[in-house]
Parts: sequence; structure tokens; C-alpha cells
Amino acid sequence: MKTTYNVNEKGYYGEFGGAYIPEMLYPNIEELRQNYLKITAEPSFRQEFHQLLKDYVGRPSPLYFAKRLSEKYNTKIYLKREDLNHTGAHKVNNTIGQILLAQRLGKTRIIAETGAGQHGVATATVCALMGIECVVYMGEVDIARQAPNVARMKMLGAKVVPALSGSRTLKDATNEAMRDWINNPLDTHYIVGSVVGPHPYPDMVARFQSVVSEEIKKQLLEKEGTKNPDYLIACVGGGSNAAGTYYHYLDNTDVNIIAVEAAGKGIDTGESAATSVLGKEGIIHGSKTLLMQTGDGQITEPYSISAGLDYPGVGPMHANLYKTGRAEFISITDDEAMTAGLELSQLEGIIPAIETSHALAVFEHKKFKPEDIIVLNLSGRGDKDLQNYIDYFKL
Amino acid sequence: MNRINNKLREHKKLLSIYFTAGYPNLNDTVSIIQELEHSGIDMIEIGLPFSDPLADGPTIQDSSTRALKNGMTSELLFNQLKDIRETVSIPLIIMGYFNPMLQYGVEAFCKKCQDVGIDGLIIPDLPVDVYHDQYKSTFEKYGLANIFLITPQTSDERIRFIDSVSDGFIYMVSSASTTGAKTGFGNEQTDYFERIANMKLKNPQIVGFGISNNETFKQATQYAKGAIIGSAFIKHLTKNGTENVRAFTELILK
Repeated sequence: MKTTYNVNEKGYYGEFGGAYIPEMLYPNIEELRQNYLKITAEPSFRQEFHQLLKDYVGRPSPLYFAKRLSEKYNTKIYLKREDLNHTGAHKVNNTIGQILLAQRLGKTRIIAETGAGQHGVATATVCALMGIECVVYMGEVDIARQAPNVARMKMLGAKVVPALSGSRTLKDATNEAMRDWINNPLDTHYIVGSVVGPHPYPDMVARFQSVVSEEIKKQLLEKEGTKNPDYLIACVGGGSNAAGTYYHYLDNTDVNIIAVEAAGKGIDTGESAATSVLGKEGIIHGSKTLLMQTGDGQITEPYSISAGLDYPGVGPMHANLYKTGRAEFISITDDEAMTAGLELSQLEGIIPAIETSHALAVFEHKKFKPEDIIVLNLSGRGDKDLQNYIDYFKL
Repeated sequence: MNRINNKLREHKKLLSIYFTAGYPNLNDTVSIIQELEHSGIDMIEIGLPFSDPLADGPTIQDSSTRALKNGMTSELLFNQLKDIRETVSIPLIIMGYFNPMLQYGVEAFCKKCQDVGIDGLIIPDLPVDVYHDQYKSTFEKYGLANIFLITPQTSDERIRFIDSVSDGFIYMVSSASTTGAKTGFGNEQTDYFERIANMKLKNPQIVGFGISNNETFKQATQYAKGAIIGSAFIKHLTKNGTENVRAFTELILK
């Protein structure tokens, strides 16, 4: 049988994935597992999903040939402009899909976790659109450092609840959302923001994000006469923009895959989020994957200048891409990312999110051939990061 | 396993107490266990602290965070327990999340449990199907009962499956909640307790979550073989230290 890098019927990518959840969450997860493929295949769902992606999100997002960036690195670089989506990042592709699913499951209340606030904003947005109650869990520390996104969520009508446990960041916000779900199992749907968590979440979120690679295939065929780039590049925290970028190319090994992780201040500094290098196999938020932990199995706190990449785990799809060697993993430091973000701003007039800046820094790390066709997912815009850029470059 | 099953055969309602190992102080583990046995408790759940306890409310979360800060690890817990069977004879169960066990090595962990005299494990995030496919034989090899949870939302079919793979008791979570979130029982709980009692399962049930005093202990054990108290005991330790364990158990069993 042909090797597949996609999920199997039991919810595993190779040895990674599954659903390691307390019994209290079993009925909810089982309800999703039994229904998500059926519901998302219904013609009325497809129709509404694509209509909203087109008219509300603004899809398809352009595939933009970055001429000056390409000249600088003497190769052909295309940017998939997810930054131009409504709400400013790829996150909304998933929240649109999940809110439509939640409605069809009869759920009347939505919960979500958020780190930098992008997924929280994308969730609050679709809840406002559908008139559904929305509660977003966010670490107390992140609430303090991401004030504009907290304000956006509130303006959209969401309730933002501070996660006060543990390190008070994304990992703890996720714990709190799961605890909320345990306490409210009947009326609530949990919109997980990345390709993490128990099966079927990684597959479900990857499918909603797969619109990205579906469009790349069509757009690249128009521009280059081939559906296949030589390389796909995306940054990976939990890994949802990367999963969307790779999805339709996973089993097409003519296409090379590069996953970019945040090295923080450096792999060996103790302040890093490079899960593939520093992580070991374990269980986080219901999924068997690679995660950063102590020798005793306690989950440790990662660090990155980018709030969207400082997650101690990685989606099980990516853990498998790493383990099998299907994807090349590259770690980029804070400094390298910030420099790449400034470079894109001044070469192309596009200010990227700091998460995306990590992906862009690959061009300083790896030499490509002049004839190589590279597609990089420009996953988010940099508005939310302006204060960080200002502080860093003393602008 | 025999200690658990023998205890379950006694003609009385059982009280099991949970505490977090390493809390309030790193080396309180043995004295808390001894005190609990002396004060007439039937069974003890020793909580192995975890950084991210998904099924627990703030009380047990906080005690876990404190225990980890104090320096608790799997290895240290086994060291503390190495002579426990010289002084304690009631069933001892380790309750913890799966990741620390996975890092220790599931087989090595089970072997250590047998060495020190642990009778069973409760691992909330190890699903019954994964246990059944991958770990059942290891647990059995080292004589460990694995205790599974059911909730008011668990289907009858799944309860029957859990009953079929269990040997010991079934941990009946009283309501849809994390630990320590609710106190007291309403009609919803008593309906659920009755429903389960009427299923005539092969394993007895012990109720946990929401039990904090004599009244709720009596309500829970009207239908079930016993009850487990966790958060309320942790709160007692926080307030009174480890000196007055008996004062707590007397209030429950009065």
C-alpha cells in the first residue's frame, strides 16, 4: 500500500494522534468523530462554507509572485496571501467551518482558546456573524500583552476569560477551555484553533484549512503551468496554516515540504519553542505527539517572541512529517525572524505577522536554485505585532 | 488487586480519600497515608501531580502545582512508598495523568507499583480502548487493577464495555464537571445513581466528585458501594495541615 501522511481511520498519523481524553469529554469527542465527515460532506454545508469563504472572508486569497524578494534570493517565490483574509490571518477558514458544524450539531454556545488572540478574534467574529454566545479563554499573561486583540474580541461581543492556572499562557488557556467543556458538555462546542487536540480535531481543522493548498494548485497551474511547486514553506506552532498549505501535497513527494519552528533565543538557551528538536513523544491536550517536557513528563513552558508559535506541542500530522523525514524542519530565532519581517516590509510593501516572519527567514538559511518554484504561506498580517516591531527596531 | 477486591467484599460502605503526593509538604506522603488508615478510611488514592491536570478544578490544580514546586516526581514518590506496606494494609491506588507514566515507561511504572505495594491505577486520560488494546496485559502482569471513570453522559453500551474490562470497581463521576466544581446532589444525580444501580454491573461502583461531607457521603452510598473525597480533603490540609486528618474523617463518617 502507498504510504500516506494523512490521518488513518483510527485518528493517527503514523504513531501520533489519537484521543487521550478523560471520560468526561468522550461523548463530545465521539459525537464530533461520528458526524464531522458526514456533515462537512453535505451539499448544503459545502455551499454555505464556500459562499462565506468567498463573500465574507474574501477568498480565494491571491498567490502573489514576490518579484523583489525573488531577485534578492535568486529563486522564484510565491506568497499565498492569507494575510488578506478578513480578520487578518488564515485562522478564519477554520472558525467558519467549525461554526457551521456547531450549528448543525445544535450547539448554542461556543468556547475557544487563544494565545496571541488571532484565533480568539476569528472565533468571536464568526460567533457575532451567527449570533451565538462566545467565551474565549486566554492566559492572564497574554491578555496583558495582547490588549488590542482583547479589545477586538470584546467589541465583537465575546466574553474573554483569563486563564489563571499554570503559566497563564496558551497551554493553560487550552486547559481551561477543556475544563469548561467538561462542565458544559451538552450545549457547547469547543472551536479548537489549530491542528492539535484529540482526534478528530487535527483532521477536522486540517480539512477546513486545506482550502489553502486547493487554491495553490489552481493558481500555480495558471501562473507556472504546473500544480506542483518545488517547495512549500510554512511556520508551525500548533501547525494549522502549515497543515492547510501541505494538505493536498502530503502524499506527492515531488513537492518538498519545509516546516519552520520558533527557536526563540536559540535552541540551547532554555528559551525556545522548537518542538521537533526539543520535544519528546508524549501526550498534550488529548493527542500523542512531540512535546516539550521534563524527564518526569511535566509539560514545560516554551518561549518565542511570537505568541502564535510558543506552544509546547505540535500537531500530530507535523510530528509524523518530522519523524518520517517527509518534511524538513528548520528553527529560526527571534532575531532572524524580526529581520526577515522588516525585509519583506521594505522589499514588497507587506508587513507580515511575526509568526510568518519565521517562515520568511528560511531564505537566509537555505539556498534554493534559480529555477525552483517556492510557495510560502504568508499566514498573517503584522498589524497585531506593530508594538513588537516598534520595540524591537526602536522605530 | 486482592486488597481492593477483599475490601469491596466487606459489608460496609467504603470511604476513599484522595490527596496529592507532595502536598502540602514534599515529605508528607507517608504520614498522611498512615493517618488516613488510623482514622478508619477504607482506601486511598495517591495523586501523582501533573502540570496540566485537565479533569481537575482549581483545588487539585493548585495542590499539584505546589507539589511539583516542592519537587515531587514519579521516582521520588516510589522512594517515599518503598516501605509503606510495613505499616499500612488498606488498598492504595495511584491516580495520575498518563504522560508522566509514559515518560517513566509504562512497564517500569507498573513494576514499581507492584514493588511498593500499589493495588491499582486511575488514569483519567488513558481511554479504555487504548488500555484494552495496548496496556491491559502489562497491568495484569503486575497485579494492578485499572479503574475507569463513567459519567452521567456515558452510554449504557459503553458502561457495559467498561464493566467488562474492569476488575475492581468503577469510578462513577457524579456530574458533568471537573473535580471540586460542585457540591451536593440534585434529582439529576439520584436518577443517574439509580440508573446505574439498576444495570447490575459486575463491578461495584464508587462515586466521586461532589462529595464533601457526611450528607453527600450518605447520599452517594445509598446507591453505590462507596464514595471518594478529594478536593474537600485537600482544602482541609491547606487549612489545618497534616496534624488533624482524623478531625476531617470523623466529620464524614460520624
